Amino acid sequence: MLSIRNIVKQYAGHRALDDVSLEVESGKIFGLLGPNGAGKTSLIRIINQITAPDSGEVFFNGEKLNQSHIERIGYLPEERGLYKKMEIGEQMIYLARLKGLTRAEATERLKFWFKRLEMETWWKKKIEELSKGMQQKAQFVATVLHKPDLIILDEPFSGFDPVNAELIKNEILELNKQGATILFSTHRMESVEELCDSIALIHKSHKILDGRVKHIRNSYKNETYLVEYTGEQLTFDGSQPFEILSETTGEDNSNTIKLKLSNTGANDVLQYLLPKTRINMLQEVIPSMNEIFIEKVNLIA
Amino acid sequence: MHKVLLIIQREYITRVRKKAFIVMLLAVPLLLAGMTKLIAYVAKDSDVLSRPQVVKVIDQSHLFEGKLKNAKNIKFIPTDEPIEKAKAGLKDNEDLSILLISKDYAKTPVQFFSKKKPSFTLTGEVENQMNEIASNNTMLANHIDTALLNQAKRNKVSVSALEVTESGTKDADVGTSMGVGIACAILIYMSLFIYGAQVMRGVIEEKTSRIIEVIISSVKPFQLMLGKIIGVGLVGLTQFTAWIVLSIIATKIAGDSPTSGIMGALQTLQNIPFGYILGCFLFYFITGYLLYSALFAAVGSAVDSETETQQFMFPITLPLLFTYILSVTVLFRAPDGQLAVWLSMIPFTAPVAMMVRIPFGGVPNWQLALSMFMMVIGFLFTTYVAARIYRVGILMYGKKASFKELTKWFFYKE
Repeated sequence: MLSIRNIVKQYAGHRALDDVSLEVESGKIFGLLGPNGAGKTSLIRIINQITAPDSGEVFFNGEKLNQSHIERIGYLPEERGLYKKMEIGEQMIYLARLKGLTRAEATERLKFWFKRLEMETWWKKKIEELSKGMQQKAQFVATVLHKPDLIILDEPFSGFDPVNAELIKNEILELNKQGATILFSTHRMESVEELCDSIALIHKSHKILDGRVKHIRNSYKNETYLVEYTGEQLTFDGSQPFEILSETTGEDNSNTIKLKLSNTGANDVLQYLLPKTRINMLQEVIPSMNEIFIEKVNLIA
Repeated sequence: MHKVLLIIQREYITRVRKKAFIVMLLAVPLLLAGMTKLIAYVAKDSDVLSRPQVVKVIDQSHLFEGKLKNAKNIKFIPTDEPIEKAKAGLKDNEDLSILLISKDYAKTPVQFFSKKKPSFTLTGEVENQMNEIASNNTMLANHIDTALLNQAKRNKVSVSALEVTESGTKDADVGTSMGVGIACAILIYMSLFIYGAQVMRGVIEEKTSRIIEVIISSVKPFQLMLGKIIGVGLVGLTQFTAWIVLSIIATKIAGDSPTSGIMGALQTLQNIPFGYILGCFLFYFITGYLLYSALFAAVGSAVDSETETQQFMFPITLPLLFTYILSVTVLFRAPDGQLAVWLSMIPFTAPVAMMVRIPFGGVPNWQLALSMFMMVIGFLFTTYVAARIYRVGILMYGKKASFKELTKWFFYKE
């Protein structure tokens, strides 16, 4: 869908993107991660042809990115806004027409979306009369009204209350199911694990990590396990076949140990512990994207 | 191109629909009509004799008998009626009045009776005639030959201002030209300001409401800027056209009497080539507007709120303000002087300076052509510069822009 090759973008004083390459597969949900100021927005602006890279190329479905692709991309910027004094219906139609829809098409689709998101009574309202959450909903509709093949969402859930965030999340998934490719940029990791097929991590203008979410998490496994047992708290003399990272005592007589294997397997742990206590659970700890993110970022810093 | 049209349409329609626009549109001609009506009313009441007036003359000195001549709408009737009886007759007739000349009119003032306060035209006419007769009488009494004197008096010198142009001589009405020149200068100065500022405010609105990023993911910044400038410009043209048309209609309705005040004033304006001036006005409004509004758009893109515009507004508006002040003080006195000619060649000052000169006539064609050419070059140049600043500025937030910063933006690559 989108192939970004060796992009360099230089601003006066600093380099926003340095030799960044990415592949976004068609029909997938792609997460663009990175701390604030990493260069995410710069990259998104290049894809939207708002700015041009100093060097490097972007390909859209195999074609070099050009003006004709604008109508196939829907973009929800992080800093959102609409014309405050304009009626919402009129405004949505205007924005859709700028993306190449006719007035009739735009009106018809807008009616569909307004009905779907229960916004029908808003048509004649001015933006300034709507609440912030309502404005966000309207903006989301404006982003997808022209049925884009690629939907770029910059921090889509900021500013939504939990109910609307869930609503929008489901709409994004639904659009994805219908074939749209989603590229979304965020620094909120929970949503990444839940939604994204693949991610790329950008930090200080460099891409430092990319790939499928599952692969990345598995590759960051470091032989750490959680064991929960019931009974008296065990004491270890150092002869156990693992290293103890932390111990916690819970309610109703249960204890949890976080441990790291030392050249052994999980079975050895069980064999060692079974005679001593009653085991409730043994679980491998797969690092969350959040942990990987922080680890990676700190590593660079 | 299609997208630029969409933007023009939005900019135009949202502005034209505003209540303030409609109010302004109607208020100005109504005000003008109201004033015309008022002037017409006042004029009718005092200056013009609308109905024939009859003046009964009781001449106790017998010096004026048969010498008062009837004038337009004034009829003099000599009578011997006693004054009290004549006065009684005034009560039922508004158009009747009595002129009472006592035996010794030099000592006892001449009296004029009427039911209503008489108009200046009437009393003025009576006064003039009586003075004439009285001085004639005095001359006769002193044996001065009045016929000779009258002949001598006929040597009246009148200066008529004639202007020599290529097509021959024509009347030069300096006062009217001056008035029209200054009016044009004020009008073009104000409209450049008002509509330029509207463009700037529009840009700031898009920037502060943050819709800008959504829009320029669909259109190029230059298209957006161009659409906005043209849209607002069309609003200005609409307003002018509506004002001219409505004002003509309104004054026609209000001032139906052809001799009333403003119509009289309008008649003196007819010596001026209106089509020519209007054409030039439109040209200088359009090009001047394009030139300045591009700069205003660049200023709007560089700031986060209207209060920050001050430092940029000043240098932009300085040439305009400077020419405007010169126009109403110096230029109209020497419309073909060196200063005026130079100012009308520089694109930044030309709209105001040239509009002062044009009503006087006599701007050589080559000067007009050169000035117009410079205007076109000028607005192309400012639009180019402004567009380069604009495309960077609209995406910059929270950074206090300086002129140094703007120069940097100008040299940014895409």
